[in-house]
Amino acid sequence: MSDMEETEGAEVPEVPAAPRRVIGTPPPSPRLLGSGDGGAEAAAQEPAGGGVAVVEHEGDKLPAESDYPSHANNAEKIVVACFLIAFVAGCGFIAAYVGLGVHSVDKVFRSNLALGLSLSVALLGLGFGALIWVRQLMPDVEMIEERHDLRSTDAERAAFEEYFEEGTASSQFAKRPIVRRTLMLATLPLAAIPIVVLRDLGPLPGTSLRTTVWSPGRRLLVYGTNTPLTPAAFSAPGSMITIVPDGYQDDLDALAKAAVILIKFRPGELNIPTTYRGGTLIGTMNWTVDNSIVAYSKICTHVGCPVALYEQTTHHILCPCHQSTFDASTGATVIFGPAPHPLPQLPLTTDSAGYLVAKSDFTQPVGPSFWERG
Amino acid sequence: MSENIDIPKALSGTGSWLDDRFHGARGLRVFMRKVFPDHWSFMLGEIALWSFVILLLTGTFLAFFFVPSTAPVVYHGSYVKLNGIEMSQAYQSTLNISFDIRGGLLLREIHHWAADLFMAAIIIHMLRIFFTGAYRKPREVNWLIGIALFTLGLLEGLFGYSLPDDQLSGAGLRIFEGALQGIPIVGTYLAFFLFGGPFPGNSIIPRMYIIHVLLIPGLILALITAHLFIMVHQKHTQMPGKDVTEKNVIGQPFFPYFMAKGGAWFFFIFAALALLATFAEINPIWLYGPYTPVAISSASQPDFYMGILEGALRMMPAWEWNFLGHTISFSVLIPFALPLTIILGGAAFWPFFEQWATGDRSWHNVNDRPRNAPIRTATGMAVVVFYGVLWAEGANDVIADYTQIPLYTVTWISRVLIFVGPAVAFYVTRRICLGLQRQDKELVEHGLETGIIRQLPSGEFIEVERPLDEEELAKLGVKTVPALLPATEAVDENGVPAPQTRGVMGRARVIANRAFAETIVVETNGHGDGHGPAEEHAAVGAGQAELPGDGGDGEEPPGS
Amino acid sequence: MSWIIARRRRPVAGYAALLLGLVVVSLVYGSLTRAGGSAQAAPTSAQQDIAAGKTLFLANCATCHGMGAVGNPGVAPSLIGAGAAAVDFQMSTGRMPAKEVGAENARTSPVKFSQQQIYEIADYVASLGGGPPIPDAQQVSTVGADTALGYQLFSANCSQCHNAGLSGGALTYGKFAPALNQATPTQIYEAMLTGPEAMPVFADGAVPPQAKRDIIAYITATRAEPNPGGLSLGRTGPITEGLVIFLGGMGVLVLMAMWITAKRREPWDAAQPKDTGTSGTEH
Repeated sequence: MSDMEETEGAEVPEVPAAPRRVIGTPPPSPRLLGSGDGGAEAAAQEPAGGGVAVVEHEGDKLPAESDYPSHANNAEKIVVACFLIAFVAGCGFIAAYVGLGVHSVDKVFRSNLALGLSLSVALLGLGFGALIWVRQLMPDVEMIEERHDLRSTDAERAAFEEYFEEGTASSQFAKRPIVRRTLMLATLPLAAIPIVVLRDLGPLPGTSLRTTVWSPGRRLLVYGTNTPLTPAAFSAPGSMITIVPDGYQDDLDALAKAAVILIKFRPGELNIPTTYRGGTLIGTMNWTVDNSIVAYSKICTHVGCPVALYEQTTHHILCPCHQSTFDASTGATVIFGPAPHPLPQLPLTTDSAGYLVAKSDFTQPVGPSFWERG
Repeated sequence: MSENIDIPKALSGTGSWLDDRFHGARGLRVFMRKVFPDHWSFMLGEIALWSFVILLLTGTFLAFFFVPSTAPVVYHGSYVKLNGIEMSQAYQSTLNISFDIRGGLLLREIHHWAADLFMAAIIIHMLRIFFTGAYRKPREVNWLIGIALFTLGLLEGLFGYSLPDDQLSGAGLRIFEGALQGIPIVGTYLAFFLFGGPFPGNSIIPRMYIIHVLLIPGLILALITAHLFIMVHQKHTQMPGKDVTEKNVIGQPFFPYFMAKGGAWFFFIFAALALLATFAEINPIWLYGPYTPVAISSASQPDFYMGILEGALRMMPAWEWNFLGHTISFSVLIPFALPLTIILGGAAFWPFFEQWATGDRSWHNVNDRPRNAPIRTATGMAVVVFYGVLWAEGANDVIADYTQIPLYTVTWISRVLIFVGPAVAFYVTRRICLGLQRQDKELVEHGLETGIIRQLPSGEFIEVERPLDEEELAKLGVKTVPALLPATEAVDENGVPAPQTRGVMGRARVIANRAFAETIVVETNGHGDGHGPAEEHAAVGAGQAELPGDGGDGEEPPGS
Repeated sequence: MSWIIARRRRPVAGYAALLLGLVVVSLVYGSLTRAGGSAQAAPTSAQQDIAAGKTLFLANCATCHGMGAVGNPGVAPSLIGAGAAAVDFQMSTGRMPAKEVGAENARTSPVKFSQQQIYEIADYVASLGGGPPIPDAQQVSTVGADTALGYQLFSANCSQCHNAGLSGGALTYGKFAPALNQATPTQIYEAMLTGPEAMPVFADGAVPPQAKRDIIAYITATRAEPNPGGLSLGRTGPITEGLVIFLGGMGVLVLMAMWITAKRREPWDAAQPKDTGTSGTEH
């Protein structure tokens, strides 16, 4: 019977025979037995072109020599080269560490590149070397191991139950109910103590979420330059600027509620209706200056990001975090997005020196909603 | 005793010394000969493992230089663009690590990339476990441990990237606090206790620090140990193949093969992270600047593994209830709670749901091919699409900017897709699985089409089909078909319906059971040569079916 | 070369080609998305030629902006009072003349008009109703500027649209804030001063000229700054980082895992039939 090699379909096959492997198909690897107790019978050696060669049970050993020794010798050269490259790269890392300084962006760029490259090459060298070692130098083996039942045998279970009952009886735990009940009673406060001592993690919120540091007469300062503003200095229509309260320019806790966005409208474009929430006034044109300068809280009412994108053509204030959008010309009403209510308006007026100041604090809580908000 | 290797005296001496004290020889030999099956998808969990080791190593280095304090300092350091800015010590020490410590930027970047890789590997690993059914008995506990590891990883990453107190992560903390504050009844108390007062306060950085370097790593380490121990004790699952049964493991022994491959894998993973840290900049906090609640950047997103929460927050329309002086903001509560509950809770619940629906209480050590479990695979793909839509919505402003689709339109698309997408994915995936099962059935029953056309003496043309060999047959033929539970109408001889089919739960169970049990039945006669009539196609192979008019072997093919 | 060709059929050749392709693509992509760009020189003082400007205006701008730049409701705004700075900004960035009414006007290149022609049109428009003038070189000079203050002002007022890494961002209804890697110091100054399109106005009252210079210094320093940690990935932040870890990190590692666990192949030379006539794969 003539043998057939199935190639890529280049030739018409003759009568087909048993082997149906393409060139390069992995040869069957010798199957060994694993660390289990065995149970696999030793099978006879089959032709290498056919099934699996299973080594006899008694002589069950890992082969000591590489498969294809000439090939392995070539592979050995590659592995050695990889390890040597890794060594050189590793030394290169140390040299780069010693030789290249930092303390400027350009130097850090060079240092990072040199250190990173040398480290990568060293690790890659080790990785490739180790891998080629396993795949080409170590002989290919396959081992079979038995899985033992995970479930204990009935006898083992019975023995366990028996001893557990013995121990429980011996401990008097079952026989003396008052002992075990008072034990549980005793541990209850101790279990609660880790929770209790966490009380001083922080103060109670009280009413602090309802107020900010804005108060009557407090000046509006431009964040960064920390300079106050007169309406004349803020007269270009379409202007927007970020505002912080005077006296709290660097106080992050205060700014987290008191940051304000100040907007200048064209004449006639600002139309805030007089709005009440319950009995509280929350928006009105009386709180603007010159019917065109308005201040809103910069803290988004969704989850508290600074809502800062102002588009002067649409007078939309867009929060970049989750795209809550507020219409600044109608009292920062919500027109899109997850924010549940409008940005609180800061009542504005001017002081005796002509600077923009707050008339009072916000009349509703600033920022994200909370249970007690009302 | 091997003939050609001499163990060095130092090694054998130490070994004896230890063995005198620990009775290690037998146990160690058993462990060294332990068989580990070989499949590329089994290496995904190791990516997470080695990434965690690298996180510990690089994190220890960073902890020597990082200062977890919000105390304000005025910067006068190597990054001259920010000279004169007031910032926290946490931020300053991170700038210090990046620009004033040799190798600091590299190790910071490796640490951050490793955190991303840890989470990405866990996700892909969990998907592999799910789609191959490796969570089934006896591995449910390991599955739950894995979900716990994933959750801890989320928190660990969130706190880790928030430590430098930069603008981007500070915005994330602000969102976290705002969401916390909105929880009904206890929200404001939780927020004030965690932050030590109003946001941002001075406590959150040191507290996150200790959670990030001590508490969660300790928990993760303990859970990883348990996870690995259980896996070794129960032995790894394996893919269907020749000679693979529920009662054995076929693979390579730990010593030296699996050990060497594991070591090589560690070096590759570390090399991948080092390459990323060299060539791909991550978390350039100097560009973001120190945190102030007054400023924000466009394209502010958390690290990818928090992306689904971000997407949920962006997708949700405004919805709030005000009553009796109280406010519940569903626009915050639902995105905060629902997606993670569905995904993590669903994942935790799934093995038990599947057991309930299939009534399958047997041990499973051989993995399923995903196509052979259509409902499981379809559900998994629906969850993947659910996750994906939320994740993509988290990047909606970047998507809008890049694709020039208007911002609100992207959000509207996601609001529709979040419902439509998973449903379509479920349906399509199920059909694809059943179709692939049919294809397998064809292969098993008729063999592989070789593309060789052969003319029979009668003049008919047939395609020569090669029957599958044992290896291929073992892969395709293995299918666990769930047993059919008694139907709701089924009654015993006295006209009493089966107890488990009664009531709403009973009927639901039967419906689920029928869905799970739907499969394409494959008939094999053990040879894989099919039953087709000999005239239609010939089974080609030594000693198999005879070709009509074929006298035997040695036939000359026409025109060879 | 023949060494490579001789080994083209080996299994490793495919992996090597794939790896080379991945590396090349990633380097090319990374270099394309790097933030950078050079600042142009500040303009010299403009020459007065209002009449030439008027001719150009009538030929190129009046169709939308109307005769005398009075504007056309729904089509184009009035330019009376817009000032020379606005004209210089819009035209030197190629935003004007607009391609179509109502479209988002993006920076285009090459710019249709020469700088001289732009100055002429700017002078003409300025003559109609005043408005902010084109800043001179000294006004936009960043010598001695305070990048720290520039950082504070930029982060509070600019980065929410233009991004902390200067890569721009999406606005509502299809508008977007452009990336800032090509704008010259003059253009940045003019944009702040005149508030083009949706951008708010940052007039000198709120943001004094020195503060504007500080902001410009911050922007030019940021975009000129190298990325010490590697390629910038577009300076977009965690989005691209997440893509890279999945496609680059996990993708490459999965391919590595496939190699590590691939069945060992018979070396191709050992698989060749030997000259003696017996095949190496049988018996």
